[in-house]
Amino acid sequence: MSKHLNRALRHIVLNEGLIFEKSSPGKRAFDLPPLDVPAADPRKALGESHRREGVDGFPEVSEIEVLRHFTRLSTWNYAIDLGMYPLGSCTMKYNPRVNEYVARLAGIATEHPYQPQELSQGCLKVLQLLEKCLLEITGMDVVTLQPAAGAQGELTGLLLIRAYHEKHGNPRKRVLIPDSAHGTNPATAVIAGYEVQNIKSDAAGQIDMAHLREHVTSDVAALMLTNPSTLGIFEQQIPEISEILHAQGALLYMDGANMNALTGVTRPGDLGVDVMHLNLHKTFSTPHGGGGPGAGPVAMKKILEPYLPVPVLVEREGGRLALDSHRKESIGKVKAFNGNFGVLVRALAYILAYGPGIRQATEDAVLNANYIRKGLEGIFDLPYTRPSMHEVVFSDAVQKRNGVNTMDIAKRLIDYGFHPYTTAFPLIVPGALMIEPTESESQQECDLFIDAMKSIAEEAKATPELVKTAPHNTRIRRLDEVGAARKPVLRWKPAEKQSKAAD
Amino acid sequence: MRYLPKSPAEREEMLAAIGVKSVEELFSTIPEAYRLKMPLNLPPAMSEAEVIDYFQQRASENSVGYTSYLGAGVYNHLRSVVTDTILQRGEFLTSYTPYQAEISQGTLQAIFEFQTLMCQLTGQEVANASMYDGSTATTEAVLMAERLTNRRRVLVARSVHPEYRDVLKTYAKNSGLHVEEIGYTAAGTLDAKGLEASLKDDVCALVVQSPNFFGAIETLRPLAEAAHRSGALLVVAVTEAVSLGILKPPSEADIVAMEGQSFGLAPSYGGPFVGVIASREKFVRQMPGRLAGQTTDLERRRGFVLTLATREQHIRREKATSNICTNQALCALAATVHLTLLGKEGLRELAEQNLSKAQFALQELQKIPGVKRTFSTPFFNEFTVELPRSVKMVNAQLLKEKIIGPFVLGSAYSELTKHALVCVTETTPRSEIERFAAALKHTLEQPL
Repeated sequence: MSKHLNRALRHIVLNEGLIFEKSSPGKRAFDLPPLDVPAADPRKALGESHRREGVDGFPEVSEIEVLRHFTRLSTWNYAIDLGMYPLGSCTMKYNPRVNEYVARLAGIATEHPYQPQELSQGCLKVLQLLEKCLLEITGMDVVTLQPAAGAQGELTGLLLIRAYHEKHGNPRKRVLIPDSAHGTNPATAVIAGYEVQNIKSDAAGQIDMAHLREHVTSDVAALMLTNPSTLGIFEQQIPEISEILHAQGALLYMDGANMNALTGVTRPGDLGVDVMHLNLHKTFSTPHGGGGPGAGPVAMKKILEPYLPVPVLVEREGGRLALDSHRKESIGKVKAFNGNFGVLVRALAYILAYGPGIRQATEDAVLNANYIRKGLEGIFDLPYTRPSMHEVVFSDAVQKRNGVNTMDIAKRLIDYGFHPYTTAFPLIVPGALMIEPTESESQQECDLFIDAMKSIAEEAKATPELVKTAPHNTRIRRLDEVGAARKPVLRWKPAEKQSKAAD
Repeated sequence: MRYLPKSPAEREEMLAAIGVKSVEELFSTIPEAYRLKMPLNLPPAMSEAEVIDYFQQRASENSVGYTSYLGAGVYNHLRSVVTDTILQRGEFLTSYTPYQAEISQGTLQAIFEFQTLMCQLTGQEVANASMYDGSTATTEAVLMAERLTNRRRVLVARSVHPEYRDVLKTYAKNSGLHVEEIGYTAAGTLDAKGLEASLKDDVCALVVQSPNFFGAIETLRPLAEAAHRSGALLVVAVTEAVSLGILKPPSEADIVAMEGQSFGLAPSYGGPFVGVIASREKFVRQMPGRLAGQTTDLERRRGFVLTLATREQHIRREKATSNICTNQALCALAATVHLTLLGKEGLRELAEQNLSKAQFALQELQKIPGVKRTFSTPFFNEFTVELPRSVKMVNAQLLKEKIIGPFVLGSAYSELTKHALVCVTETTPRSEIERFAAALKHTLEQPL
């Protein structure tokens, strides 16, 4: 075991309180240029009843304290920049720094969404080129860049589908969702006004076609299919699934969360998909930032174009670009302004860096997943044995015999210097270990990961307690999540108020 | 390719270890007929320098060199380089949602601090981290009110940001929610009479914005009382969060939906920004989005975890409070760092400067013959003026002077085509305000 711990050694990590605990009246970290107009009297300008004296409890600290505070906090995080982050379904790949640079340029970051369109041609050209690239990658006809994240993309897609069915006389009642789907799929379907019907997977992890046929009726608006599925398996029957749906007038929605397995190799549009979203913060490398921001463009076939959210990017005569809001059949707006533009900029920078060579990224991602699969097969249980695409899903069935579950293994992986894989998902695999290395890992990094996992499997046999009480080398041990939920403490309060609350 | 850490020999070695002859074999489950035979038709690969050059060219086709009087939900404020320095630390930038608490304490503690700052600002007891933006936060606040009251009608002031109302209507359409709009008075604030007539016992929420879209500050207490009398909740949207540095917090509200863009985030052509929902403790279990909570580890040390996850989609699926998953975490961090830098004094001074600049600008504009203040209600850094001619035409003239004129209210309110929404922040120097006033005067002196 010690051999593998060589990857990660303990080192000094500084303690740091909450910023509010460092506050002392009169300190400040930011100076404004002097006011160059007469100072208004807030009492007169606002009226006494509207005026506030200052925000109680706001921190008062100096610049160096702010910098150190957040720098110290940052050292408590694991990150892609430190090493492999094999979270399945999350596609934690390298976030190129040039993308950050260009998103901050004057003339890009500084632009106001309501400025005249003749002064926004640069922004609009960025949007247009990104649209073209995404259409080429997906094989679709039209795309909207407005949705702020994958889940909002899903909602946009379902609203488009709903509008389409309404136009054809009846919005229909149900959306079919496989049991392996992300939780956002059913949550989204409900917001779009649909009932959710779960569809079973067969023993091979594919859609159970008999079950599907049974449930596709004229009441069904769409099937939401993740492909490759959350098992990392390519849904081979997709052209046939599309036909079954279309025969009943239903549409095929594809959750593009796993597009990193397909880019440059095959195109959902060619496979019979009618509408799909992309997670630019997954496949197209925009940083996760601890949970966003993302962007969830929705690409679709021509039949859904009339219902696009407004505004729609259009090219006028002479190549002038414009945003058109006058569209009668539009589903409306899902978000104010023009999408998460700064995220869209980063995604385009990523695509431009690769060009057509983007296929190599896909190939390497699939290569890494299969290399890890090969390295761990026989040591961890592989419930679905069909070939893996960009991720591989094991289960903890073998280790469970010694009382060690997937969460324990995940926590022990932290001691070896890796971020855990995704635990306990997809729901159809009890005790799942969902591993997605992405293309950003070298052979050496994959080898270290395989070694670490093998070593933990050994530990699970020989010293299960060691695994069950992991992590041991972090600055903080396992946290009391039950207590956190039972008596939620969701903000800091000054000491005297806290003790009062405790009484 | 510079982002890919493999040599050709390593790829061969890995393929051999897997036991396949070529990478093509790894894609054998994709039916042959559907596999692309040609490379994608994308622009040729670019070096780093070429990528920068491409975006610099695009930047030069935008508005660099212009002074702008646009606000209307997106504000230009000073940002410290310290904020961006912190944001670009890889440990924050390149980490995932902090599900694995032991190695995500940095993000989790920062979220906890963000929640605290948002509560202090809004006068509320709990705040989430985070929503996509102010528009979706407002919509989610209404959906939350619907769950809390089990009622289906929502009253929205017409003085709420037009795009926020649009987003609400998109979401409402299919969830059985009926949206009704309440007009504004000659003072630019919510029409109390119209409210009285519409406020029945089937209303889940009254939604107002303060300062509202016209810049006017709403008096919230009577609105809260009216809403509560009929069993509805008061939702207050805040688009210009800096105003809370000098304005009474909306503590009368049951739910506050805020846009945090003003706290350290660039306008960025409309996003990414950060939405927040703040509310009362008793409503927390109906709140959407992520929450970080304080707890202890096995050795009784303080730590933080994502908590109350049973509200969320990854646990509750179709019964979740919202479908939100990825949110705007890094933007919330930007706001946290920015507000920590500003601190109590800095935020107050910033708000006072905005107030003073806007007051000065109004005085300067009022000196121009034919320019009148539209509404008499107090404002923060945005106000509405009536011009003697169409704002659209005036703005076209101002562009020639490298001035991006104020927001054309007629684009969202057909009755206000001659009215302009002027925004002035601490970033607009006095000399520019004077130049704007002179250019406007000159424009209005020209024959039509």
